[in-house]
Amino acid sequence: MIQALIFYVFAAITIASGVMVVSSRNPVHSVLFLILAFFNAAGLFVLLGAEFIAMILVVVYVGAVAVLFLFVVMMLDINFVELRQGFMKYLPIGMLIGLVIFVELFFVVTSWVIAPDLITTAPAPDASQVSNTHALGALLYTRYVYLFQAAGLILLIAMIGAIVLTLRSRPGVKRQRISAQLARTTEETVEVVEVPRGGGA
Amino acid sequence: MDMNAILDTYVIPTAIILAQILAIVVPLLVAVAYLTYFERKVIGAMQMRKGPNVVGPFGLLQPLADGVKLFAKETILPAGANKLMFAMAPMLTFILAMIAWAVIPFDEGMVLADINVGVLYLFAISSLGVYGVIMAGWASNSKYAFLGALRSAAQMVSYEVSIGFVMITVLLCVGSLNLSAIVEAQKTVWFAIPLLPMFVIFFVSALAETNRAPFDLPEGESELVAGYFVEYSSMTFALFFLGEYANMILMSGITAILFLGGWLPIFDIAPFNWIPGPIWLALKICFVLFFFLWVRATFPRYRYDQLMRLGWKVFLPFSLLWVVITAGVLVAFGWVPDPVLG
Repeated sequence: MIQALIFYVFAAITIASGVMVVSSRNPVHSVLFLILAFFNAAGLFVLLGAEFIAMILVVVYVGAVAVLFLFVVMMLDINFVELRQGFMKYLPIGMLIGLVIFVELFFVVTSWVIAPDLITTAPAPDASQVSNTHALGALLYTRYVYLFQAAGLILLIAMIGAIVLTLRSRPGVKRQRISAQLARTTEETVEVVEVPRGGGA
Repeated sequence: MDMNAILDTYVIPTAIILAQILAIVVPLLVAVAYLTYFERKVIGAMQMRKGPNVVGPFGLLQPLADGVKLFAKETILPAGANKLMFAMAPMLTFILAMIAWAVIPFDEGMVLADINVGVLYLFAISSLGVYGVIMAGWASNSKYAFLGALRSAAQMVSYEVSIGFVMITVLLCVGSLNLSAIVEAQKTVWFAIPLLPMFVIFFVSALAETNRAPFDLPEGESELVAGYFVEYSSMTFALFFLGEYANMILMSGITAILFLGGWLPIFDIAPFNWIPGPIWLALKICFVLFFFLWVRATFPRYRYDQLMRLGWKVFLPFSLLWVVITAGVLVAFGWVPDPVLG
């Protein structure tokens, strides 16, 4: 009973904060509500017994992705009154896209079944025998190792792409060369000069 | 259900857990108060001063006097501040510093929540710490606070990466994410010895993660007055202060558990194993904390670009390399640990 109660609390807060993400006026509040939604989703995972995924959700999405969101939203000077002006103009297109996505999701959810051969070939490990982390690792690094590597490769390409897009080589920029700085010796940088009395100025 | 059943299933377990939480939090808060005293005494001794010595015998009541002073001051809400977030930020910092202690094992089986993913929980909680800082800086609506918050956020995110890799190295050697299992795995040798470079990186990253000297740029008083909490006063300031010091103790505790054998005695022989485990853990935490203070009294502050360079260009590649080396050695010599359940 307590578990069901906690589930409804988490679920209600997740949905409510999800609504607030899109409806709140202040973009910083939106991001903070997004964080709240992530956090409650992590709570739902814990209730499911998926503790590893819950923690990874918090580490990756709350600890890294949302921080970057918050950074960008705080730093950019966006005029939100101006952004909202075309709302009625874009409403039909937005609703159309929303409808398409909803229909697609509906078909996916209604027609989705667990592959019948999967239950026999790769049964879900007994949670009392194997911990979450080991079960995931044993599957991820053996059965799905190529997909795992492919995902890593895609991320690497995305990272390189982001660097290439933002890297500008401007002339006249003074850069530090740490190795050159560290390689300096006393002999080549300091000179002791004998100055006669009264001749220093 | 009759009254007795309700009492047995809900009331009594709740009361026990509340008592356990209090048994952790109250000593922790006392420790935080006396860490400030310890800091002032240690730095005083290093600078050939006496440190606090007026309030009470040896100045022992100084932290209480400071607490009462902060409590009696006026709480100021800046006119341009976002009131709700301004008030929430210090609470968030303080709460996060407290809840991380739920998974810290003080002795064999002496832990509030013995969860399988203890290390990940600690990592998640410490990565949330940045929100208290960002919210404080943004809600204050002040240039200094905002600059301090941005610096701090970038710094904490950067050093978290190398902390993550250090934790992965330890996990490879243990085969479990459970903190008790990590301590148990150090019965033969503490990880500080075979993983010495990782130990050093973890300690330095912990300094950066807790915004301590020489990485205390977020509150660099010479440039930013006090950084992200410049607008805070009274108890709101005190909560940041408590949170920061509780985080220091927490990072020392994690260092002790990951590298210095947690509650295990130095040698498992007669005079050493008479001392109970929690006292060993406390001694190790104090030892690491002393290093925190020693570093503060010794090193000048880093420049910001040097800080970022150290994090991304030195620690990150090195810890990544060390993960690969550790994994390679474990596989090559057949030392890969069996998965530990629980």
